[in-house]
This record gives sequence, structure tokens and C-alpha cells, in this order.
Amino acid sequence: MFSKGFSFAKVIIYIVLLFWSVTVVMPMLWALMSSLKSDQEIFFSPWGLPAQLLWDNFSRAWVKAQLGQFMFNTFAVMLPSLFLTLLLSAMVAYVLARYSFRGKSVIFYLFLSGMMFPMFLALVPLYFVTDYLGLRNTYFGLSLVYVAFSLPFTIFFLVGFFKTLPKELSEAATIDGASHFQIFFDVMLPLAKPGLISAGIFNFLGQWNQFILPTVLMTNEGLPEGQSRYLLSQGLYFLQAKQGYESDLSGMFAAVVIVTIPALLIYIIFQDRIEAGLTVGAVKG
Amino acid sequence: MKQGKNTFILSFLVAPVLLYLVFVIVPYLGSMIFAFTRWKGLSANIRFNGINNFIKLWDDENFWNALSHNAIAVVLLPIVTISIALVFAFWFTQGVRGSRFFRIAFFFPQVMSVVIIAVLWSFIYNPQFGVLNGIIKLLGIKAWESFPWLGDSATIFWCILVVVVWQSIGFYMVLFIAGMMGIPTEYYEAAKLDGASLPVVFFQVTIPLLWETVRTGLVFIAIAAMDLYAMVMVITSGRIAATSRAADVLSTYIYETAFENGDFSYGIAMAVVMMFIILGLSFFTLTSTRKEVLEY
Repeated sequence: MFSKGFSFAKVIIYIVLLFWSVTVVMPMLWALMSSLKSDQEIFFSPWGLPAQLLWDNFSRAWVKAQLGQFMFNTFAVMLPSLFLTLLLSAMVAYVLARYSFRGKSVIFYLFLSGMMFPMFLALVPLYFVTDYLGLRNTYFGLSLVYVAFSLPFTIFFLVGFFKTLPKELSEAATIDGASHFQIFFDVMLPLAKPGLISAGIFNFLGQWNQFILPTVLMTNEGLPEGQSRYLLSQGLYFLQAKQGYESDLSGMFAAVVIVTIPALLIYIIFQDRIEAGLTVGAVKG
Repeated sequence: MKQGKNTFILSFLVAPVLLYLVFVIVPYLGSMIFAFTRWKGLSANIRFNGINNFIKLWDDENFWNALSHNAIAVVLLPIVTISIALVFAFWFTQGVRGSRFFRIAFFFPQVMSVVIIAVLWSFIYNPQFGVLNGIIKLLGIKAWESFPWLGDSATIFWCILVVVVWQSIGFYMVLFIAGMMGIPTEYYEAAKLDGASLPVVFFQVTIPLLWETVRTGLVFIAIAAMDLYAMVMVITSGRIAATSRAADVLSTYIYETAFENGDFSYGIAMAVVMMFIILGLSFFTLTSTRKEVLEY
């Protein structure tokens, strides 16, 4: 549609696009540069390059500010939660998509209703439920809560996906004497792999961003001094709030860089998949 | 085989349904009850309180203050974000050169965690070493060069909204690009034959054909505008009260009431109000934007 050659409108378009790119790229470059400076340099020569590269900022952020610990905690919660989210959602979605049984619509609306309410409405009782079950302040407890809140969306996405898979395959497998379980695990689950990957990316980003659930359910109460159960999002907030009285600016910039770089790499490698995974189910067709 | 089928269905449903009931449905239902009680602190002392929590809300200045900020976000975020995202998506699907680079760059904030974004921007807004004031200094605007953007109650919430727009554009842009790719090229070719200019194509071809996706986007961002918890909490370092509540939103006030002050039932009552607002908003957005759907 765009004509070749020069036009006034085109110049405007590129100015806007470049401006927006600068607002995205410049903060990152600035953070990267500041992460290698000393606190004095950050304050007094914000535009200058670091006089010498202070890699020590990074080790301070990783060890002293406990970023490494936060990272470990995050994965200890998210690996089980992602696995279970995908497995349990696939099971429910498969049953809803492929079988008819009494009470099916009840199950359907039960999960649908969970998508309509704000999480804030559940927080207080959730705190007491997990406390009562002895799951508060545990990795696995938080994993289970993540799974429970991820189920509705993931199920609805996968129901649509299982419905598109050919019926003939499972019929053929039934004739061959395969049980319902075998058909699901050996035939349908491998076929659903593209859908599972999209759902996995969606849930990874959603759970990685989760802030209010760990804030309420994961505290350091009862832990000896110097240990922490915080997840990454909480830990960064904690460090940020601490800036007020115990300042380590360069370390904080280093922390921002440490957390951003893996996300950047993963994003550049899986860009198409991530975009598809994130906007999945929101586009017509 | 019939017997096997029922066992199979039951065994697949029991664990997920149980998990979901315990951690999602029970807390939601519990809140609907606790909103009508008086329940403070960790004591088991819960008493029925009728609608008193809601009466108290009506007279609570802080509640209205927080809600007013959500209202600003609910009105402005959809308009600004959706418009910009639509324009970007349109340019990129109409063959702007370098669109791949721009797309990757614009979407990137979406994959950073909200907390990281909030920390980064709190540095950008910092009066002493922040990039924003650095630029203002370079431009030579003396009066503003050490302005405390997040420390001034007149600017703090606007600064936060800018960050939310900055972060969300990418998601809606990609959403709209995906939608625009689904529009058959014949429509564009026909418009081209008629000699339609780009703005005309945008308003008369793209927008009407994309309307369903735009509505979805509007609901998403309206719901997001009712939350904003992580962004506000982190960018203010949790010092909301210190800036005379100028950045308070419903979610932060709920958290403060329930978990910092231990007034559980009152916090829950607010969350119930929040739920009705979100349901009402979704309903309103969907009905007020309903048009005859153009099939293609």
C-alpha cells in the first residue's frame, strides 16, 4: 500500500517510529551503562561512559542482594506449576472436547466463572486456605495456587485446540485396542504439542509476572536472618523499597540488567512463538 | 468400555477440579460472605455486619480517591493505547520498511516483568540522576531540570500512566497485527482501485473489519486499568501514603486495608465493589461497541 519514493507523510511516520524505538531502547542502554558504573558516576555524570567497568556490581547484586536466591525460588515454584498447569489443563480440555457425560456443562461453567472475577477478590480467603493446609510459605503451595488460577484460561484455549484434532486417529487407536488413557498420552498429547507450547509460553509470562500472589502467600516470617523465600518480582520490589535507606544504586541497575537479559535473549529467539502465544485466543478465527 | 469411559473421565477431572475448587472457587465464595461481616486482625472473632462495610465505604475519602485514579486510567488507557497500537499495526501491515525491527522493539516491554519495568522507570523519573531530567537539562529548561516527577502529587499518577501505555502498546499492536493479517487483500486492492488514501483505508476498511478484535482489546485494557497493583506499588516503592495518596488505586488500597491494617472484611467489601465494577465495565464496553459484524 505504501508508495515507493519520498513523501511528507512517510517522514512523519518514520519520525514517530524512531521516537518510539528510542523510548524503548534508550532506557535499556542507560540501565546497561549504569550497571557498570559507580554510584558517584551514576549521580554526577549520568551521560558519561563508566571510567572503568565495575563487574563487581553484578556479583554484589547476585550474591549480596540475593538475586541468585530469588531466581532459584522463582524456578522452584514455576517449574512444577508450569508442568502441572499444562498437564491438568490438557486433561480437562481433552475430556471436555472429546467426551459427552453428565455434568459436563457444570464443569464448563465452573471454569468459565473463574475467569470473570478479579484475583483481588480471592486474596484474603486464599491466604487463610493455604495457611490452614500448611501450604503458605512453601514452594509447592504457591505452585498449586498458580496452577489453580491458570487452569481456566489454559483449559479454554486447549479445548479449542483438541476440537480441531482429527477424530479418525483416536477411532483407529480404539479399534487397535488402546485404552482411553493410552489414546490420550500416546496419540492426542503428542498431537497437541503446538497448542501446549503456545499455552506454555502464555503461562510462563503470566506466572513470571505474578506479583500479588507471592506478596501475600510467600513471606520470610520464621526464616533465619539472611535467608529468603522471595520470588524475583517480590525480591526486586524489596530491594527497590530498601533503596530509601540502604542505597546501592549500581547494584540495583545490575539487578535490572541480570533479570532483563535472559528475557531479551529468549524473546529474540522465540519472537514469533511468543507473540502468537501471548495473543492466542484473543483474535477472531 | 462404557464403564472404562466413566472411570477415565472421572480420573481426569478429579484432581484439577478439586484444586480449582479449593484455591479459586472457595476463596471467591468466601469473600462474598465475609464482605458482610466484621473481621479484624488474626482473631477468629467474626460477626455478621450487614451492609455496614459498604456504608463505611461510601463515606471513605481514600476509597473514592483511589477509585478516581482507576476511573482516569479506565477512560484514558483504552483510548490512548488502542489508538497508538492500531496506527502502528496498520503501518506495519501496510509495508513500512524496517517493520520487523520496530515490531520486535515495541513488543519487548511486554516480555519484561512489570516489576522490572517499574524499577527501571522509577530510575528514569529520578530527580537527581534520571534520564528524563537529564534530557530536560540538555534541552536547557532550567525550571524543570530537577523536578521530582514521582514525588509530586500532581504528576505521579500521570507518570505511572505513561509507563503503562509504554508497556502495553506492544501487546495490542501484535494483537491487531494478527487481526489485520486475517483481512483478505481483496478489500485493500478494491480500495486502492478506488484511489483511497491511507487514512481512508484505515478508517473505512481496516477498522470496521477489525472491530471484533478492537472490542476484545478494549475489554482487556479496561480490566487491566482496574488493577495496576504491581506497577503502582513498585514505582512508588510502596510509599503511596507519603505522596498524599496521589497514586493510590483500588488494588493498592485493598491490599493496605486487608493485609497491612488487618481489616479483612473491609478490604474484601472493597474487592466485591471492584468485581462489580469490572463486570459492569466489561458489559458496558461490549454492549456499547456492538456493531453489525462484518463477515469475511
